[in-house]
Amino acid sequence: MSSTLLIIQTLNGLQLGVLLFLIAAGLTLVFGVMDFINLAHGVQYMLGAYLAAMFVAWTGSFFIGIALALITALACGLVLEVAVMRHLYDRDHLEQVLATFGLILFLNEGVKIVWGAAPLQVPIPPSLSGTIRIADGVLYPVWRLAIIGSGLAVALGLYLVVAKTRVGMLIRAGATNAPMVSALGVDIRRLFMIVFGFGAMLAGFAGCMAAPVFSVEPGMGDNLLILAFVVIVIGGIGSIRGAFVGALLVGLVDTLLRSFSVDLLRLSGLSPSDARTIGPAIASMSIYILMAAVLFFRPTGLFPAKG
Amino acid sequence: MAETPAPAALPATPPLWRRIWLPVVVFALLALVPFVWSERFILGLVSRAMIMAIGALSLDLILGYGALVSFGHAAFLGIGAYAVAILFSHDIVDASIAFPVAILAGALFALVTGAISLKTRGVYFIMITLAFGQMAYFTATSLSAYGGDDGLRMFHRSEVFGTRILANDTAFYFVVLGTLVLCFLLLKAIVGSRFGRVLRGAKENERRMRALGFDPFRYRLAAYVIAGAVCALSGALFANLGMFVAPAYMTWQRSGEFIAMVVLGGMGTLIGPIIGGIGVTLVEEWLAALTQHWKVIFGPMVILVAIFARGGVVKLLERGGGK
Repeated sequence: MSSTLLIIQTLNGLQLGVLLFLIAAGLTLVFGVMDFINLAHGVQYMLGAYLAAMFVAWTGSFFIGIALALITALACGLVLEVAVMRHLYDRDHLEQVLATFGLILFLNEGVKIVWGAAPLQVPIPPSLSGTIRIADGVLYPVWRLAIIGSGLAVALGLYLVVAKTRVGMLIRAGATNAPMVSALGVDIRRLFMIVFGFGAMLAGFAGCMAAPVFSVEPGMGDNLLILAFVVIVIGGIGSIRGAFVGALLVGLVDTLLRSFSVDLLRLSGLSPSDARTIGPAIASMSIYILMAAVLFFRPTGLFPAKG
Repeated sequence: MAETPAPAALPATPPLWRRIWLPVVVFALLALVPFVWSERFILGLVSRAMIMAIGALSLDLILGYGALVSFGHAAFLGIGAYAVAILFSHDIVDASIAFPVAILAGALFALVTGAISLKTRGVYFIMITLAFGQMAYFTATSLSAYGGDDGLRMFHRSEVFGTRILANDTAFYFVVLGTLVLCFLLLKAIVGSRFGRVLRGAKENERRMRALGFDPFRYRLAAYVIAGAVCALSGALFANLGMFVAPAYMTWQRSGEFIAMVVLGGMGTLIGPIIGGIGVTLVEEWLAALTQHWKVIFGPMVILVAIFARGGVVKLLERGGGK
């Protein structure tokens, strides 16, 4: 367990955490404001990655491609809201789960039809490729640092919008008590449409940032969706702060245990062969154990948004 | 935050046709299948559909009668299947041992995870059951001694007291059908008993049940354990059907499919999930024969049902067929 590896894996964990935050933020706002469980949030992340792949290839410019992808992701989110989500606000969670589950099936298969089943690659823009020396003998890819940086910037921007603007105030109020906000004369449906479209765009942005690192393929959003749910359940549903803390926690725990669980088990006295068998299993399960433990002691998460 | 509300309550005593005639017709049609189509493919397909129906039926006990949206139900299917296949790989091939072990394993997993999950409510319950489902899935993928990701093959079906009667597809079909009918009757008895009434009462009004001196937690936990055990039994049959188990049996998507089966069929009716389980499996198969991209058609079907067909097939029959 060298310190070099520890630094690199910590950065990787941060990077995963930031991506998770981008997805979880939209998810938790949608849930907080409209009490709506959107399983299709993960496919919006996937859609963002596919759109980035397509537009970057078309325009030949990474940044123009990303901008077009974001606009299209926003449009797709609004179309989904009008076509499906809006009919389900007043229904119970079960029907929301079911309908958005249907959306996952549809969109996962839809991208296969449009773009083929083979994974796509998105090149890293030349200005952000290569590695940078962050300490003695520690080289780290610039692009991954860019992911961390842009994710933190979005987090800061989101914080400012939610904490300082009028729309942000309405969002916070909606997340705390939507019926009350509605009774005070705010068009909660329009507010939700804004939140939903914005959430879809955040997920799409995460997809764009992830596209050059991970391969772009159908179903890529499914596992991330589950991780994002873990994040918001740990953080407390409807809470942006909870999503941020939860995302970094999950990103770090998952990444670090994946690289060090075997070593840790060995240090604790297990035989090498046992450690090699049990380590990966514990690593895969760690965040679910974390979530179950958090829920056991705090059934509404670390930062409950609602009393 | 609102708790996941119960669906529009179905009448306390369902009409006679739904209580008696619909199940009789469904089971009679299933019993006729081997005499009409004896092809291996059809027998295997309908066997699989009935096995899924048992799983959906077990989910309905907690979902339809307890309003507990479990999103990790596929774990029980996988645990039952793995129990049989793992015992098989250790040369314990008789169903008289393997099936009870599978049921016990499912019940035990349900007891432990249920005791933790049932402390939460609503969306947190959905998520924590999902988490336990994922844990089971990742455990299976890391069982390198038992195939890991690739799964585990059985060389033949379980023996029944030393005979290989299950190797015959028709015999296996009727065993599956018999299990389905037995599970249906068992759950029907449970739902109709005092226990079932407390469970339904806790769904309608938890506070009132507490005031009456019942502890809803214990009833829900008992229901959760029964559901887990029954679903594990379907898993044991599932392992035998294809003579193969794999972690893919317990993906969260399959848990979603179970929910879809219950809702499409009509939850809280027992016969509904059976119709839903069989219907979904057959529709999937039919669409898959039409196009490899069948999910593009199936997905919107699920969405439409979620939006429009509240109460599922049974409710539709009720509207169409009169009371």
